[in-house]
Amino acid sequence: MAVIRDMIPPCELFQPASIGDALNLLDQYGENSWVLAGGLDSFDWFKDRIKRPEAIVDLGGIEELSGIRADGDGLVIGPMTSLTEVATHPDIVGRFGLLAQAAEHVATPQIRNQGTLGGNLAQDTRCWYYRGGWPCYRAGGNICYASAPKAMNAEHCVFGASRCVAINPSDTAPATIALDAQMVVTNSSGETVYDAEDFFIGPGIDIERMTVMEPGDLLTAIRIPGTWAGADFYFEKIRDRQSWDFSLVTVASAMRTSGGTIQDARISVNGVAPYPMRLDEAERAVIGQAPTDDIGVAAGDIAIRRAQPLRHNAYKLPLMKNLVRRAVRAEV
Amino acid sequence: MAEKAIGRDIAPPDLRAKITGRAKYAEDFRAEGMLFAKLLLSPMPHCRVRRIDPSAALAMEGVVDILTADDPMMPEITGVAAEAALTNEPLYEGEPVLAVAAVDETTAADAIEAIRVDFEPLPFVVDPLDSLRPGGPNARLDGNIQWREGQTREIREFKWTDDDFDAAGPDRLPMGEPQVEWNVGDVEDGFEDADLVLEETILHQSLSHHPMEPRSCMAYWQNGKLYLHGSTQSTARTHAALANRLGMDQSDVVLVAEYCGGGFGSKISSAPIMDVPAILSRKTGRPVMLRINRYEETYIGRGRPGFQSFAKMGFGNDGRVTAIDLYIVQDAGSYGSSGDFNTAGTVASLCYQPENIRFRAVSVYTNTPPRSAQRAPGGAQIVAMLEPIMDKAARELGMDRLAIRQVNAPGPDGWLGANQGTLSSCFAREALDLGAEVFGWEERTQLSATRRGTKSIGVGIGISPFVGGSRGMDGLLVIRPDGKLYIHQGIGNLGTHSIADTARAACDVLGMDWNDCEVVWGDTSRNLPWSSSQSGSQTTHAHTRANHAAALDAKGKLQEIAAGALGGSPDAYDCADGRVFQAANPGRGMTFAEAARRAIDMGGRYSGHELPDDLNPMTVASANNLAGEGLMGVSRDNYGGDGSIWSWVMGFAQVEVDVETGQIDLTEYTGVTDCGTVLHPRNLAAQIHGGAVQGFGQARSQKWVFDPQWGVAFAKRFYTARPPGILDVPLEMGWAAVGEPDPQTPVGAKGIGEPPIGAGAAAIASAVADALGGQCLCRTPLTTDVVLAALTGTEQPYRPLETHV
Repeated sequence: MAVIRDMIPPCELFQPASIGDALNLLDQYGENSWVLAGGLDSFDWFKDRIKRPEAIVDLGGIEELSGIRADGDGLVIGPMTSLTEVATHPDIVGRFGLLAQAAEHVATPQIRNQGTLGGNLAQDTRCWYYRGGWPCYRAGGNICYASAPKAMNAEHCVFGASRCVAINPSDTAPATIALDAQMVVTNSSGETVYDAEDFFIGPGIDIERMTVMEPGDLLTAIRIPGTWAGADFYFEKIRDRQSWDFSLVTVASAMRTSGGTIQDARISVNGVAPYPMRLDEAERAVIGQAPTDDIGVAAGDIAIRRAQPLRHNAYKLPLMKNLVRRAVRAEV
Repeated sequence: MAEKAIGRDIAPPDLRAKITGRAKYAEDFRAEGMLFAKLLLSPMPHCRVRRIDPSAALAMEGVVDILTADDPMMPEITGVAAEAALTNEPLYEGEPVLAVAAVDETTAADAIEAIRVDFEPLPFVVDPLDSLRPGGPNARLDGNIQWREGQTREIREFKWTDDDFDAAGPDRLPMGEPQVEWNVGDVEDGFEDADLVLEETILHQSLSHHPMEPRSCMAYWQNGKLYLHGSTQSTARTHAALANRLGMDQSDVVLVAEYCGGGFGSKISSAPIMDVPAILSRKTGRPVMLRINRYEETYIGRGRPGFQSFAKMGFGNDGRVTAIDLYIVQDAGSYGSSGDFNTAGTVASLCYQPENIRFRAVSVYTNTPPRSAQRAPGGAQIVAMLEPIMDKAARELGMDRLAIRQVNAPGPDGWLGANQGTLSSCFAREALDLGAEVFGWEERTQLSATRRGTKSIGVGIGISPFVGGSRGMDGLLVIRPDGKLYIHQGIGNLGTHSIADTARAACDVLGMDWNDCEVVWGDTSRNLPWSSSQSGSQTTHAHTRANHAAALDAKGKLQEIAAGALGGSPDAYDCADGRVFQAANPGRGMTFAEAARRAIDMGGRYSGHELPDDLNPMTVASANNLAGEGLMGVSRDNYGGDGSIWSWVMGFAQVEVDVETGQIDLTEYTGVTDCGTVLHPRNLAAQIHGGAVQGFGQARSQKWVFDPQWGVAFAKRFYTARPPGILDVPLEMGWAAVGEPDPQTPVGAKGIGEPPIGAGAAAIASAVADALGGQCLCRTPLTTDVVLAALTGTEQPYRPLETHV
C-alpha cells in the first residue's frame, strides 16, 4: 500500500459531554478507540495515517475534565486544562511554580493554548523511526531501528532501554514526579490512583504504551498534594532551539532546605529514558547536605551511573549530570 | 517636485492584501469542475518501478485519472541528470512516481493508498565519500558525477583509490583526483612564505529550503492555452521554462504567480512538479489542483548542497593570507548540477584575496533530495567554514580579528575566481569600519571568553559577499492617458518587494509622485517584459537599470512630444510632477496625460508600435499588446559595465554559551552592508535581518538527517529539521549601510538578498568559537550535542566527516 502523509483521513468523531459517556464509547470501541485531548500528538498520527482508529473520542466537551481547584492544601487539575492555564494560574505559579515553569516550556504559545496537561503527560514518544511508521517493537514489530549500529539516535535514551530506546518527551511529566503528584485513572470499573512515578512506564512493562493507561482508561484528574507547596524549585529544559522543540534533557526538582542543609528533595529528569526518571539515589545523596556545587557534582555523578549511551547520544551524560548539579546548586 | 522614491520607506503595493489575507496564493484558486491530485512518493532511496497496479484506485468512485512517467502526454525531459516530474526510477526517498486526480483531495489520497506498486530496490548511497570509494555504490545507474568538459556534459563513474582513503585515515578528507581544479599562483610557494599555516577538516550540512508556501499549483486549459497558477520566484523566467518544458509556444501559456510565500532559491524557475497539474488537466479536460503539503515539500522542495572539505591557509605575520588550499566534496543530491562548490572557491578568493590559491573539488550525486541554489549558494557555506579559521589565525598571530579581515579584504581593485575577474565596485573595507563602529567591536571584544556565571561570552564576525547583479534585461512601461505610469515587471514577487522597489528607478527618472505609479506584475497575460530570474540577487541591480533605461526612453519621447507641440528643443524640457515642461519656463508644458494622448495619436515609437530591435521576444510580444495604449517607454539595459557585481554584508554577533549545557544564546547581532545605493531602508533591514536569521539556523540548529542504513530522511518536519524560531533571535538587531553607489550602474544599487545569510551564519560560528576560547568546531550545525562535547572534552557525537546527522 502506498503511503500518504500529512492528510487526515475521514474518521468517526465523538464528542461526549460527560466522563460516563466517554467511558461508554471507549468500552464500545475498545482497542479501536482513540482519546483526543488537545490533539497536538494525535493529529500528527492521524495526518500520517499511521494510527487509524475507528472512533475518536474528543474530550473537549467534558467540562468536569477542565479547571483547577483547591483540594485541602493541594490542587486538583483537570487533565483538559490548557497548558497556558497551567503556566499562568496563580495557585500553580504561586505555590507549585515548578509545574507552571514546565508547562511554559512546552513548544509555542499556540500549542500551549491548544495543548492540555493531560495530553502532555500522556503523549507518545517522538522516536523518528516509530513516528515515521517503521514496524518497530513499539509499533508491534520485532526490531528496534534506533539502536541499530548505524542508527541516528542522538535524541534517544541512555537509561531504561528494553528493546526500545525511545524517550519520554513530556516537559510536565518530570515536574509531576518532583511534586509527588498523583494521577487518577478512571474506567468503567472505577477509579485507580497512581503516583506520578508509577504512572509512566517503560518498554520493560509494556513496549507499546508510555503510561499505565490501557484502552478504556481515561486520565480524569491530576492531584498535586500540598507536600511541596512553596518549596525551592528548579526546572531547566535543554533543546536545540528555544521554541517548538522537544527536550534533549530536562530536569525538574523540588527541595526544602533549612539551616543550610537540604531537608528533603525530589529530582526528576526526562529525555534520558523511555519514562521520566526519579533520581532516588541522587536525592538521598543530597539530603542532609549543603546545596553546594560539590554536592551537585556528586549528585550528578550518581545520577548518570549505569547510563548506557547509544552511538550518538553520549552527550546526554554530561548534560544530565550538569542539570542535576544545577538543580542542587540552585539552592545556594 | 515630487520627492524621490528611492531611499524612502514606502509600503509596497501588495502589503495590504498580504496582511489582510486577501492575497491569493496558488493554492487559493478554484475553477469550475476542478479536480484534486495527489502524488505517490517513492518509499526507497533508489529503486525501479517494476509494475503499477492502479485497478483498485481507478475503480473507486470519484477517481478520474492517473498520470505516470510512461504517460504519452508527459513531456520528454532531455538533458544530463534532468529531472522529470514523475519517474519510474526514483533517485531519492520521496520522489514522485505517479499522480491521481479525483473529485476531491480525500478521494485522491485514498486512491493513492489503494495503488500497488512493485518496486525493485537498487543500490543507493547517501554519503558522497562512500560513493567515491573504489567499488562504492553510485547514486545513479550511469554513474555518480556529472563530467563537464567544454560543451560536454555526461554522467560518469568517478572513484578514488584505496590509497587515497588510506592516506587520509578515517577523520581527514581523502583527496583523490579532483573533478575540478584551478590555481592562482602556487600554493606551495604561499605556504613556504607563510609564518603560520592552519589546516582543518570541515563539514557543512545540507539544508532544506523550507519556504512557508509549498510549491502547490493549479492548471486548466482553455482553447489550447494553458493557464497555470503557481508559486515562483521569477515570473518571466518560469513562464519561459514552463513553455519550454511542455514544448509549447510562450504565447500559449498564461502563468499567474502574483504572490510567493518564499523560495530562497528553490523556486527560481519552473519546478518540475508544475507538469503534473498541467498534464493531468490536459488529459482530463478539467482544472487540476495539486496541493503540496509540508511532508512532500521537504522531499521535492530542494536543498542546499553540503560540503565535506579540507582547508589549509597560510598567513604572514601581518595577517595577510599567503595561500589557500581548498578541497570540497560536494553532495550534489540526485539531480541537476549545483554549482555551489565552484562559487565557494570564488568567494574564498574574493574574501581574502590570497596571494596563491588552489581550488579542487568533486561534486558527487547521492540518493538524497535534489539540490538547487539556496540563498548565497556556495557563499554561505564557505564563509561559515572559513571565518572561524581566520579567527584562529588572528589569535595565533596576536592580531585583532577585525584587523585580519581588513588586511585581506578587497578594495575596488579586488579580484575573484580562477580568471581573476574584476569588480564593478567594492566597499568591503568601509563596511568593516562602519560595522566596527555600529556594533562597538572594540568594547565588545573586551568581553571575549569572559564569564557571566556559567556563561562564556563570545564575540564574532562574519564577512559575506555574494553576487549582486546582472545586466542586459528589458524595461517596459506605459504612461497612459490617465496620467499614471504603469511599470511592467517580469520579475517575481518573492517577498522581497523588488517588484515595487526596482520600479522606483523609473518613477524618479520621470520625476513622478510614487502614488501615480502602478506596478504591473505576476500575471503573464498582463504583458510583462523579459526579466532576470529573481535569483543570484540580480534583481535590484538588473531591474533598477532596465526600468531606468525604459524611463529615459519615455522621458525622451515626452520631451520630443512637448517640443513638437510647444516649440523649442527637446533638451530644453524637463519632467516633474506628472508634467513635461520647459525648464526655463515651467508654465509652458503639458501633463503626462496629454502627452500620452498625443503619443497614441502619433503612433510609431511613441505609442509602442515601433520597438527597438534588441528586445527579447517576450518583451516584444508584451509591447505589441500594449501598443497604442499610451506613451511607451521600452528599452534593453545597454548601460554595460565591467567586472562582476558583488554586494557584502559584515555580520557581528555576540553570544553567551552556557559551559554546563552547551546552550547558545545569541544576544546581539548587527549586519552592515555594501549594496550600493539604498533603495528602501526598511526593506533592506528586513533582508539583512531575515537572511541573518536563516544563517543562524544554518550555523546553529538546522538539521538534515538520513539513516545511512536505509537511506531515508528524518528531518522532514519543522520540529525535527529545526529552522530557527523567533526566540532564537535577539529582540533587537542592528544594521547599517555604507550607501556608496556602484559607479557603473545609473541608480547605484546592488542586490542584497543573499549576503545576509552567510554573514549571520559565519558571525555566530565565529562568536561560538570565541566563547570556547578560540576552539574551532569545524562543523555545522553547532547543535547542543556538538558544543557540549567540546565544552566537556567528551567524545564528539559524530566523526569529523560524518554527514546527514
